[in-house]
Amino acid sequence: MAHFTKATSVKDWLNQRLAIEKVEKVMASEYWIPKNINFLWAMGMVLAITFALLLVSGIFLLMYYQPDVKDAFYSVNYTIMRDVDFGWLWRHVHGVAASVVFLIIYIHMFTGIYYGSYKKGREMIWVSGMLLFVTFSAEAFSGYMLPWGQMSYWAGMVITNIFSLGGLHLDGLVEWIRGDYVPAQAFLTRFFMLHVLLLPLAIMGLIGLHFAALRIPHVNNQDGEEIDFDVEAKKYLAGDKASSKVIRFANDFMSKDLMVVGFFLIFFFYLVFFQYGFALDPVNFDPADGLKTPAHIYPEWYFLWSYEILRPFSVNIGLIAFGFAQVIFVLLPWLDRSPNAVPASRRGAFSIWFWLLLIDMIVLTAMGKLPPEGMFSTIGLVAAVAFILLWVALPFITMNEKKV
Amino acid sequence: MHNSSRRGFMGKAFGAVAGVGAVASLVAMKKTWDPLPSVKAAGFTTLDMSIYPEGQLITEKWRGKPIFVLKKTAAMIAKQTESQKARDIVVGDSHFMIAIGLCTHLGCIPAYIPAEESFLCACHGGMFNWAGEVTKVPPPRAFDIPPFKIEGTSLVLGEVGPEYKAMKDSGITL
Ligand code: FES
Repeated sequence: MAHFTKATSVKDWLNQRLAIEKVEKVMASEYWIPKNINFLWAMGMVLAITFALLLVSGIFLLMYYQPDVKDAFYSVNYTIMRDVDFGWLWRHVHGVAASVVFLIIYIHMFTGIYYGSYKKGREMIWVSGMLLFVTFSAEAFSGYMLPWGQMSYWAGMVITNIFSLGGLHLDGLVEWIRGDYVPAQAFLTRFFMLHVLLLPLAIMGLIGLHFAALRIPHVNNQDGEEIDFDVEAKKYLAGDKASSKVIRFANDFMSKDLMVVGFFLIFFFYLVFFQYGFALDPVNFDPADGLKTPAHIYPEWYFLWSYEILRPFSVNIGLIAFGFAQVIFVLLPWLDRSPNAVPASRRGAFSIWFWLLLIDMIVLTAMGKLPPEGMFSTIGLVAAVAFILLWVALPFITMNEKKV
Repeated sequence: MHNSSRRGFMGKAFGAVAGVGAVASLVAMKKTWDPLPSVKAAGFTTLDMSIYPEGQLITEKWRGKPIFVLKKTAAMIAKQTESQKARDIVVGDSHFMIAIGLCTHLGCIPAYIPAEESFLCACHGGMFNWAGEVTKVPPPRAFDIPPFKIEGTSLVLGEVGPEYKAMKDSGITL
């Protein structure tokens, strides 16, 4: 057993048993952050805070929600919205956060792409981040089922039908996933379980992995500069804080993070109190009806781009294109053949590629929302093909990139 | 040496026990998600075919899915092509289109437009004619026909009769 001495204080007592000083160093005071990073690097912290908001509001909703096809709709729209004191607050926080979290995830992702933060030793950060994105998508989808409105029902119908994998006709698999021939009680209860237990657990595990992946390669910086963290940290600890390129995470750097979080929270609660409607689809205020399809079925805004990639093709090709869109981002560190981990603005052709991809995804998002008719179908088709071509072209345009 | 091989054996033995347990629990997990017996037992619906009006689409319900029933008018029967005729379900001397009313693309319910004698799926713009055949993609195939058995003037959905089996074998329905 380790050697214990009589504690001189509560902190000392704990320190002997939990090594809290060491933990504090690793997590905060000697966790080094480069100085030259801008507010876009605060999105990780913003996401952590948004996840906390989702968790807390979810717990309060859980206390009144009924996962039963007969009661689910009313437990959300009557009990929680009208009877429960401040029930509306939790619902609006939960709904708005579920939507906004994707906005921040996309910003976080595109920041990573722009600054090359997925390269050279940072591949695991990227991969774990993409796994988080996928799990968040599943979390959002399963949560969308729970109010059991028309859009919930039909989104559940359409998305689970994808698992018959088009020409393979795996109807047995679809029935197995649903536990019924159509979305019904078994479906609702199992998606409820996924939403409140299994997927949140997976998300928390992945967040741990995502943070751990950051520990050794450290966070990238705005200029793509290669920093020797050990040398710079020594300088800092020796008192030469001005010329050191790094600072402590806490309490120095964190103040900047928290300022961005502060602005974010003001924006967020503005949405919660005044603009909550954007996160609630009007069609979902009709109770689920298995014998009537809504005129247009579309997902929430954050899935529109991948939905639009599925839509313009015949069913099998559409599924392949859709599958491609889901996995291709994960492969980014290997598709980008260039040795540079610098901002896109200094990378020539890659910079054009980056902006084209971003614009293409915005176009896909817009077309996904519009009805699939005439001109819109054509634009959607072109944008979907462009998306695929952009990714196919990426290795070729980065291969010849000169080292900067 | 003696010792380590003994540990090696224990490790392998544990691996075997855990492996058997893991496979067994996977089977249990799979079966837990299967449809309940009550769900499967409710999978039959009997329709009385003598009550349907001609040329009008009626939607019934079977296994939670909409079932389109359209009794064809004499005019419709007269202009049918061979492939359309093959999809007819004949009860007594009436011809019916009976189909699962879910688009074969991703499962929305297409709307019937009587004036055009066709179905429009609003989800992705697919279209079907009054025999259930695709007239505009993306749907990959005609409406599926539910398993049926003709019993006098009524139809049992969910049971496989000879007429249905023939349709399935010839690839008219899935
Ligand atoms: S579900 Fe009918 S066209 Fe896609």
